[in-house]
Amino acid sequence: MPVISYRKAINQALEQEMARDARVILMGIDVGGGAGGSGDVGSVGGVMGVTKGLYPKFGSDRVIDTPISESAIIGAAAGAAVTGMRPVAELMFVDFIGVCFDQIYNQAAKFRYMFGGKARTPLVIRTMGGAGMRAGAQHSQTLHPILTMVPGLKVVMPSSPYDAKGLLTRAIRDDDPVVFLESKSLYDVKGEVPEEAYEIPFGEANVLRDGRDATIVAFGAMVPRAVAAADLLAKEGVKVTVLDPRTTSPLDEEAILDSLDETGRLVVVDESPPRCSLAADIAALAVSQAFDALKAPVGLVTCPHTPVPFAPNLEDAYVPSVARIVEAVKKTL
Amino acid sequence: MQLNRDELKRAWRTMLTIRAFEERVEKEFADGTIPGFAHVYLGQEASGTGVCFDLTDDDQIGSTHRGHGHCIAKGCEVEGMFLEIMGKAGGICGGKGGSMHIADMDKGMLGANAIVGGSPPIAVGAALTQKLRRTGHVAVAFTGDGASNQGTTLEAMNMAVVLKVPMIFVFENNGYGEFTSAEYSVGAKSLSERAAAFGMPAASVDGGDFFAVHAGMREALEHVRDGNGPYALETRCSRFLGHFVGDPQKYRGSEELAAARTNDPVLRFRDRVSEAALLAIEELNAIETEVRARVDAAAAAARAAALPDLATLETDVYVKY
Ligand SMILES: Cc1ncc(C[n+]2csc(CCOP(=O)(O)OP(=O)(O)O)c2C)c(N)n1
Ligand SMILES: [Mg+2]
Repeated sequence: MPVISYRKAINQALEQEMARDARVILMGIDVGGGAGGSGDVGSVGGVMGVTKGLYPKFGSDRVIDTPISESAIIGAAAGAAVTGMRPVAELMFVDFIGVCFDQIYNQAAKFRYMFGGKARTPLVIRTMGGAGMRAGAQHSQTLHPILTMVPGLKVVMPSSPYDAKGLLTRAIRDDDPVVFLESKSLYDVKGEVPEEAYEIPFGEANVLRDGRDATIVAFGAMVPRAVAAADLLAKEGVKVTVLDPRTTSPLDEEAILDSLDETGRLVVVDESPPRCSLAADIAALAVSQAFDALKAPVGLVTCPHTPVPFAPNLEDAYVPSVARIVEAVKKTL
Repeated sequence: MQLNRDELKRAWRTMLTIRAFEERVEKEFADGTIPGFAHVYLGQEASGTGVCFDLTDDDQIGSTHRGHGHCIAKGCEVEGMFLEIMGKAGGICGGKGGSMHIADMDKGMLGANAIVGGSPPIAVGAALTQKLRRTGHVAVAFTGDGASNQGTTLEAMNMAVVLKVPMIFVFENNGYGEFTSAEYSVGAKSLSERAAAFGMPAASVDGGDFFAVHAGMREALEHVRDGNGPYALETRCSRFLGHFVGDPQKYRGSEELAAARTNDPVLRFRDRVSEAALLAIEELNAIETEVRARVDAAAAAARAAALPDLATLETDVYVKY
């Protein structure tokens, strides 16, 4: 099987879906790049190069460079979606959601319900999040909790190249608005990815390690860290299950509860401040649905209740580390 | 409006400090001592310098992701700036902000801003404070051509007119927002005409010429200080480098790239004042030597400085919690 990067996997899913379905269009800031300039038009392919090569292939009608106007980008994508296109809008950094949140949560997410089931909004918002790039407080957040709490939105957090391609393909074919939250620290991670198109269903957790001593649930960029922690623990004879729900909405509650039935111990790793986080959400699930199975308090490994700091040592201390995950698991034993 | 010798020296010192600072940033970035990314202000020195020249510490500015030049022009110390950009203890924001969040309330610098279009509404608020307190001071929002298309900017323009606040919208038009040309992204084509359509006077000046920017700003200040509401000033600049340090710029043709440095505000200032015998070339050179030494020392000190104390990770989230 070909080994490609997370970045390339996303690019491949976009290319294949655009080739398959003429209704699929891309829009966003510099998704082509160079519009109106004196050099190569369309050669940039996004600030992270994720959409590289798509403009030359599909042209300016389908790879649409926009002004820096996020409300209009997302709103127009929602409007095009509800009228028959299948737009993939790029919100460069998820932090910029503040500029356009109304178009997401009051508009796109609510069309179907408010209109009594009459609307269909096959919109994908591709965006990236996460700390580690020394990008400062307004370019390093994750914000999946804010999105996950919105009824009507689906929220995807791919943690590997394989998942990225399969989940994005699913997202583009989905008839509901989906926020596809890429982890910028994973773009260069490589893995096996089939050449042909495939879908990974939403709401189905991936089991990356299987053990009976404890369950770690992790999302996005925290998944490789949870796996690293599990492998360290295995050397000490502690066998843990690592679950990646892959989508925070819908959430595969069953997989989490089933695993908890077996292990009785739960650690949730969430790159987000602790209050109203996915960690808190899943702890609530465990306590309300599996209280009898729990043999220890649920371990929550999150960021502190602070913005993301710039200084490298502070930023490293901000993000959940492998050591903190190991420690949290040991505390449950 | 003729400037006296001291004023000319001050303008030269500011422009050169920006030039030296940004050249050093470029070098430090290549050396890997600056984490994250860096957007430098090379080619736009005359704009920030001319705009801030007649402002006091009590006048406020809101800046952008390309904010180092605005910070220097507004009086931020280069020592604290280098520490901040390198994420070190003692940085102007304790190393918590970084290049895109340098702020100094005492200098009326309300922050560089990593959200395109983040500053204009904040500057409207600062101008509202000035108006309500009848201070006679003003607020300025720096905005790029790209940011001129952001909803927040357009809302801020209308509200500034409606509230008649003492504010100046400065549009630094360097032709590009990231990799997209303003030719393409600005539907109205003219930033100043679009601003005027909001109901405020608007002018467009050569942003490579300190004297043109300064004169434009004088008119703007006269208008807003007289209580007439906001004013818009477009400064047409050249972006010497790419969007960020290291941007290969394939979207700019070779001719355009070659011409990018022809409108060099620093050289133009030097030629103009020395040819008119306003300042001697020796005087200009002496200032340059002094400025470069200070900037280099600041960078070297920042390289050697310690990282912030880990305990600061959780401080300053609130005043009190
Ligand atoms: C809300 C938001 N959208 C997009 C970006 C990414 N971005 C950073 S700078 C920039 C271009 C800004 O162009 P312009 O306003 O012309 O300023 P210049 O870089 O030319 O100084 C973009 C798109 C951002 N930081 N914030
Ligand atoms: Mg610009």
